[in-house]
Amino acid sequence: MSALSQAWSRAERRLDRWFPAGTNPLVNLGAIACLLFAILLLSGIYLFVVFDTSVSGAWNSIDTLSRQQPVPGGWLRSLHRYAADAFALVTLLHLVREWVLGRYTRFRRVTWLTGVPLLLFMYVSGIGGFWLNWDRLGQYSAIASAELFDALPLLTGSMARNFLGVDSVSDRFFSLLIFVHLGVPLLLLFGLWFHLQRITRPAVWPTRALSVGMLAMLGLLAALWPVMSQAPADLATVPSAVPLDWILLHLHPLAELLSPAIVWALIGGVLLLLLALPLRREQALPVAVVDADNCNGCRRCVADCPYAAITLEAHPNGKPGRQIAVVAAERCASCGICAGSCPSATPFRSARELVTGIDMPQQPIGALREQLELALAGAGQGRVVVFGCDHGADLRQIDDQRVAQFSLLCIGLLPPSFVEYALRNGASGVVVVGCAQGGCAFRLGERWTAERLAGTREPQLRASVPRERLRMIFAGPGQEWRVAVAVEELRGVRAT
Amino acid sequence: MNKISIWIGQGLLYAAFAAVIGIFSQWPSYQHLAPERALVKLSFSHQGELLGECVEQSLEELAKLPPNMRAPKRCPRERSPVSVEIDIDGVLAHQQVAQPSGLSSDGASAVYQRLEVAAGAHRIGVRLKDNARSEGFDYTLEQDVTLAPAEILVIDFDSAHKRITLQ
Repeated sequence: MSALSQAWSRAERRLDRWFPAGTNPLVNLGAIACLLFAILLLSGIYLFVVFDTSVSGAWNSIDTLSRQQPVPGGWLRSLHRYAADAFALVTLLHLVREWVLGRYTRFRRVTWLTGVPLLLFMYVSGIGGFWLNWDRLGQYSAIASAELFDALPLLTGSMARNFLGVDSVSDRFFSLLIFVHLGVPLLLLFGLWFHLQRITRPAVWPTRALSVGMLAMLGLLAALWPVMSQAPADLATVPSAVPLDWILLHLHPLAELLSPAIVWALIGGVLLLLLALPLRREQALPVAVVDADNCNGCRRCVADCPYAAITLEAHPNGKPGRQIAVVAAERCASCGICAGSCPSATPFRSARELVTGIDMPQQPIGALREQLELALAGAGQGRVVVFGCDHGADLRQIDDQRVAQFSLLCIGLLPPSFVEYALRNGASGVVVVGCAQGGCAFRLGERWTAERLAGTREPQLRASVPRERLRMIFAGPGQEWRVAVAVEELRGVRAT
Repeated sequence: MNKISIWIGQGLLYAAFAAVIGIFSQWPSYQHLAPERALVKLSFSHQGELLGECVEQSLEELAKLPPNMRAPKRCPRERSPVSVEIDIDGVLAHQQVAQPSGLSSDGASAVYQRLEVAAGAHRIGVRLKDNARSEGFDYTLEQDVTLAPAEILVIDFDSAHKRITLQ
């Protein structure tokens, strides 16, 4: 883990204090962006209804809305603008987070690559929205954008000539703008569908608490600090000083400062870099392996795989209706969540060699059973067993002979029956440690494990298992103390 | 951490995010053009004259052509580049040669240039050459103008009437 990703993870864990139970905005950036996009679409519908697509009417229709109908018209207009700013910021943060955490190669490659063009759509939609007001800021942005496009050798004429004089702009210009301002967000929506194709159960909505918080924040901002139009556009004069929206319009001053050609080079360079990042060669990890004799096509691994890497096909044994799981290697995250979901992955099976329907070659369920038995044998009786995750708290830091720790590829790899097996084989208690609530490195591992242990998801931990001897906690890197606290709690329970 | 601390913490973080959006969506104001300055925009899209002369075709030459292509004159497609110079108060402010657009160089030459000047009275001189076969500039204009702060003066070429215009 690089220093940058460690710092980011630390910031996320710190924010967990104020946003507990999976409501941390930093681990829900994609979902927040989707919520903001929905706010933009809904508020945009209202604005579209009242918008006058003519040179003389465009400014007037929006300005009148703000002055004569502060609620809901002016409020919705302000909400639309602030949501656009928030959308840009959150989307960029989402990109930075995935980059910092190195989530752009292997099974995430397609998701990353389909996300990059969405940035362009976001900018085009955002900048075009300012033109529609056709005030001094819109005029400045329209001319600055046209001058930027003029630097491209692809265009034969000058786009900026369309804004030379008062008579240069016609009503058709606004019809075109509306078409672009509606069409590009629809393209963004379509692109988003591609972006989420390789993700099972994508979180397109944040948790209720986070949604209410974001809506309240933007709603209050729009009410307390309403957005008002500047003076109407006047192509005979230069808008000398403009209250610039630096979040969306920063390319304009940058082009003036550096030159349009340099800005295009920067845009192209950043896009190429983003597209080239996932092409970096990564060491291939062993992917999930299906054993035909032990797979009955129950579909649980298909349902639990976070990256839609498993499908069902006709079973090679030829029995009518029987199916078998098939793993798409390029989509497999090597997390082992599928192994944790497999009903055949129970340590109570009497077979000397435990072979499961689906398993991870680098951390087979059979080997985990052997290691657990070994840890609890003889002097190991009475130890607390801790099952953790390679991406969460570092279990090696627990220097306690009375604790047997097992760091898994993902906590989702743990079949819940291992908890019962450990307790029956002499463990005094079991601590199950997820890396972060709502922020699992493999998206759903901690969620599925919590549900399996709570008995709300198959395979379930049996109801007869004494829950007072089990702790499910979430501890990321640097939060090893949480594991120690849970271990002490279990010892306290045992002592009483 | 108790609920009140959580709510206060969340409130502060939401307020900080709202402040970032509210402030940077309109502040600081960007000075696009300094006060007491005006703008001269030189912009035209004009097709230069043909680079070569048209040639009359003989009857024999026409007879060799398909009936639908028997035009009496054969003209080259390539256009002359358009050269332009601007003087402001007797000093050369901009000079440019715009090449014709198109793969066959038969399209219009386009120019768009911004020139910032101090507001007030100026003498503007414009020279334009659109024929590579002629000597000197084909069109010239000298005019006194008075520009208010932030005013835009557009220098264009009216291709229909073949004249330089100041608007």
